[in-house]
Amino acid sequence: MADIKVTINGKNVTGKTGQTILELAKENKIKIPHLCNDRRIKPVGACRMCLVDVEGQRNPVTACTFEITPDMVIQTDTDEIRQLRKTVLELLFYEHRGSCATCDANGDCKLQRYAYDYQISEDVIKAAETAQPKENYSTGSEAIEYDSNKCIRCGRCVRICEEVQMANALTFKGRASNVEVSTAFDIALIDSTCVICGQCISACPTGALYEKYSKGKGQTKELKKVRTTCPYCGVGCQMDLNVNTTTKKIVRVTSEKSCVPNDGNLCVKGRFGFHYVHSDKRLTKPLIKENGQFREAEWDEAIALVGKRLKEIRDKYGPDSIAFLSSCRCTNEENYLMQKIARTAGGTNNIDQCATTCHAPTVAGLASSFGSGAMTNSIDEVKDVQTFFIIGSNPTEAHPIIGLEMKKALAKGAKLVVCDPRKTWVAKHADVHIQHKPGTDNMLTNAMMNYIIENDFHAKEFVANRCEDFEQFRENLKDYTIEKAAKECGVDADLIRKAAEMYAKGTPSSIFYTLGITEHTCGTENVQNLANLAMLCGQIGKPSSGVNPLRGQNNVQGGCDMGAIYSVLPGYQKVADPVVREKFEKAWDIKFPTNIGGRVTDFIEQAGDGILRGFYCLGEDPVLSEPNQAKVIESLKKLEFIICQEIFMSETAKLADVVLPATSWAEKNGTFTNSERRVQRIRKAVDAPGQAKPDWQITCLISTAMGYPMSYNNASEVFDEMASLTPSYGGISFDRIDKIGLQWPCPDPDHPGTGYLHKDKFVRGKGLFHKIKFRHPAETTDEDYPLILSTGRTLYNYNIGNMTQKSKPIRQKQSRNFIEMHFSDAEKLGVKKGDKVNVRTRRGDITVEAVIGDKVRPGALWMPFHFIDQPTNKLTNDAFDNITRTAEYKVCAAAVKKA
Amino acid sequence: MAYKPELDIDISLVEAILDRIEQARQVSSSPEVADAHQGRVSSSPQVADARRVGGAAGGKVSGDDLIPILQEIQEAYGYLPRPVLDRVSERTGIPASRMYGVITFYDQFYLEPHGKHNVRCCRGTACHVSGGKKVINSVKSALGIEDGETTGDMLFSMETVTCLGACALSPVMVVDNTYHGRMSARRAEQVLQQLKVEEG
Ligand code: SF4
Ligand code: SF4
Ligand code: SF4
Ligand code: FES
Ligand code: FES
Repeated sequence: MADIKVTINGKNVTGKTGQTILELAKENKIKIPHLCNDRRIKPVGACRMCLVDVEGQRNPVTACTFEITPDMVIQTDTDEIRQLRKTVLELLFYEHRGSCATCDANGDCKLQRYAYDYQISEDVIKAAETAQPKENYSTGSEAIEYDSNKCIRCGRCVRICEEVQMANALTFKGRASNVEVSTAFDIALIDSTCVICGQCISACPTGALYEKYSKGKGQTKELKKVRTTCPYCGVGCQMDLNVNTTTKKIVRVTSEKSCVPNDGNLCVKGRFGFHYVHSDKRLTKPLIKENGQFREAEWDEAIALVGKRLKEIRDKYGPDSIAFLSSCRCTNEENYLMQKIARTAGGTNNIDQCATTCHAPTVAGLASSFGSGAMTNSIDEVKDVQTFFIIGSNPTEAHPIIGLEMKKALAKGAKLVVCDPRKTWVAKHADVHIQHKPGTDNMLTNAMMNYIIENDFHAKEFVANRCEDFEQFRENLKDYTIEKAAKECGVDADLIRKAAEMYAKGTPSSIFYTLGITEHTCGTENVQNLANLAMLCGQIGKPSSGVNPLRGQNNVQGGCDMGAIYSVLPGYQKVADPVVREKFEKAWDIKFPTNIGGRVTDFIEQAGDGILRGFYCLGEDPVLSEPNQAKVIESLKKLEFIICQEIFMSETAKLADVVLPATSWAEKNGTFTNSERRVQRIRKAVDAPGQAKPDWQITCLISTAMGYPMSYNNASEVFDEMASLTPSYGGISFDRIDKIGLQWPCPDPDHPGTGYLHKDKFVRGKGLFHKIKFRHPAETTDEDYPLILSTGRTLYNYNIGNMTQKSKPIRQKQSRNFIEMHFSDAEKLGVKKGDKVNVRTRRGDITVEAVIGDKVRPGALWMPFHFIDQPTNKLTNDAFDNITRTAEYKVCAAAVKKA
Repeated sequence: MAYKPELDIDISLVEAILDRIEQARQVSSSPEVADAHQGRVSSSPQVADARRVGGAAGGKVSGDDLIPILQEIQEAYGYLPRPVLDRVSERTGIPASRMYGVITFYDQFYLEPHGKHNVRCCRGTACHVSGGKKVINSVKSALGIEDGETTGDMLFSMETVTCLGACALSPVMVVDNTYHGRMSARRAEQVLQQLKVEEG
């Protein structure tokens, strides 16, 4: 892109080819009013508010669509132009029937702003009589309210829904003076293709679109914005909590265009999922259980009890008798302190966090192949990928904003290969969709790689120079023919060939995967095999090309980075390494614990076996999140002492001896690390209810009570201690990430952070090929259990649902468990749409509603796990990955009958 | 095997229409299709949108074909039944919302079942000053329905429109695409009577 010199209002400025006048003016802080333009969507030049004079043009042009050319002379603010804009505004005001005095958008409305800037006469504004909102497509929606009286027909909502979200829920209907926004056939928004992202609200320049529940809770001008990071998924969207300065409540969530990584976009959970913060079900006082009943207690008493009991158990039975479960919902600082308390006050390596439930195989698998267990590329690079290989991942639902980046790439013509037993959004839009049987991933990838080598599509130079152990890996592949794979996976052989060729030849290609890969008894091997595929084709170590596990929880990357894993310390420094141990012994002034330690799935087994006796559980609910619920409860009940730190009374907390009230994410400071390794701030926006304290403070109190004093003035101090001990975080501090987060590795204070990994050399030196053999899932179907059940997440809810289900807009969309089944299976079983069915596995049964269609393949079933009263994990199999002990949530044999 | 929800409407008609248009697409850009929207108000945002999206979805039938598809469907079913439109959306990737935008933009499309004969009376300025109102009233009473309604026997629908583009012949009434100029209340009634007789 060449530089172009132009003058705007007599000032010399330089732009780039393809830039519009409006973009260039904005870059140079020259304000041009505009109503129908939004940088996220294509300009259309409809409102004519942005008219400017260009020398040589007979008439004024619209700055939002007119591209600059060399030596252009532009005037943006002549009397004539101002008069034209004023006329545009007057026309809009004749149709506008609303009053700023009662409008929620008061203070953040472009129409109002320009009416003032252009001094629109009172007469014009008065001429507009006010009118009550008319019934329309948004009537009845708990999320969004549309008021056609305030709509200026700029089309931003319609276009963002179509171009960015690709939900196509909205349209203009009617013509001439009767045009308004609606859905197809005026159906209710909730019944349309709308995914409740609220992008339309974010695009609306007036108060015509607004969050329903935010209405009347404070006009924009009395809201204070607090920048923070979304508490839900690993995308780590930046958002502003709009807090009413009088009521001290969060009124709405907005996001600023141009913020990293989400550019003002949010998904339903980010925009509409905050209500749990102000829920009256929040815990507000410490609780101690006496005679099977909880009673309220003071902090001092509760902390003293916890400290005493944990210490007693530890002293009496040794380091394997207590365990610490940290949480990836919490901050880096809190995770750092949890592994610290475990190894100092607790004297044990029994420390884990929820990644064992999800991405532990990623951490282990990619670390063994490449030397670093994280997403190799950045979110910003997604839009430039040319061939996607998406396997076991449903990005438009589970990582919606990364999904939007993928949609951008698709709009630019990217190719898409999707391997998924379900017809997800990406699968439906794929060039090749391989709908393989759950649990046959390694058969598929092995056959693809065999085919790639046979046809000489692989990157021989890359393999020779940058990788090792190729020969034994190659030997192993020879058994895996395409035909054999087609049979085992239940798909057409040609599709596998096509997928292999497309991926190998992409310029560049990139792999994206999620829990469809990891939640198997061969989870780590699945991950290693994807690493094999990338190395074989040289599709790694480049911009927009690599192996990208999309991390599930907001801080699951950080939780692992902080060393809340039995075998590693912060920054994946190995416990087994004596130099590392010595460093931490010095820093923490302790003797390093000598036991090996285990994973949460071990904790539960050991509790059942009477080895584990004391359990400190931070913000996790294993009763709902671990497989085979009945067994989990039975095991936990055997523990002598359980302490839970929670924001709500959870199913696990009900079994606890002490429950301590913690602050939510909106009530504390700290950092989260998102999926692309970006360390980002969260900030306190509102006060905690009752006596709730931040988790990190509670951990310090408990540690002190156990005899290892810990105290910090703030989260930033904790971070600094961690960074001083963690090379990959060494250059990061709260100050440096105040505006934009930094991506690790960032070893020193001048380092700019790292966008993509393994550039000239793998972190471990050479990339290591692993020889992977296909193994069947732990459970296979038989006569009694003829179907395969997989579990997963939906767009609308999050994990066990105790946060998302507190939001009315979300509850309205999805509040009950369901099971997806193929219509051919439904027909055989005589099940009709909406029927209740009983789903049974070897471990339990639950009754839910049937959703019938072709989203799953014949013989397959799918269920979400978000619903406390219909817990899917009664059904799932407690069979584990041989390396990381992650459960096989994706495959269990099941039977269905009409209830 | 594609999943087909149960419908109480004969969906095969629309499948045939789409098949035909798809074939026409393959045999280069067919002239009928191109003609079909020459001269239409193509600057409408809805129509422009429909094209853009249909194309992006990569279907063989694109948003460009939307108007002729809608016309053919209306011809075949007498109106535009929703399940049929949903099917079009599913097969072509043209979102239902875009179709709705286009449908509501034009007078010619009906989303509800419509009479066999369609009577349109002009209430444009020229017709109004030359007695259009009387014509309209006479049609209403002859058929026993109001503006926008359909007779119980599904034989006639009537509606008023702004200008039929034949002001020189005002007042104007159009029955099933046949223009009747210089109408009076009595002549309008005769035209309808004639049709009623033909229908038995
Ligand atoms: S909320 Fe999102 S999907 Fe729904 S109408 Fe608005 S932009 Fe479209
Ligand atoms: S609702 Fe808002 S964004 Fe949509 S057309 Fe009206 S003013 Fe524009
Ligand atoms: S995509 Fe993830 S991080 Fe972004 S708003 Fe949604 S849940 Fe939050
Ligand atoms: S902003 Fe340029 S025409 Fe609307
Ligand atoms: S006004 Fe009736 S035809 Fe023009």
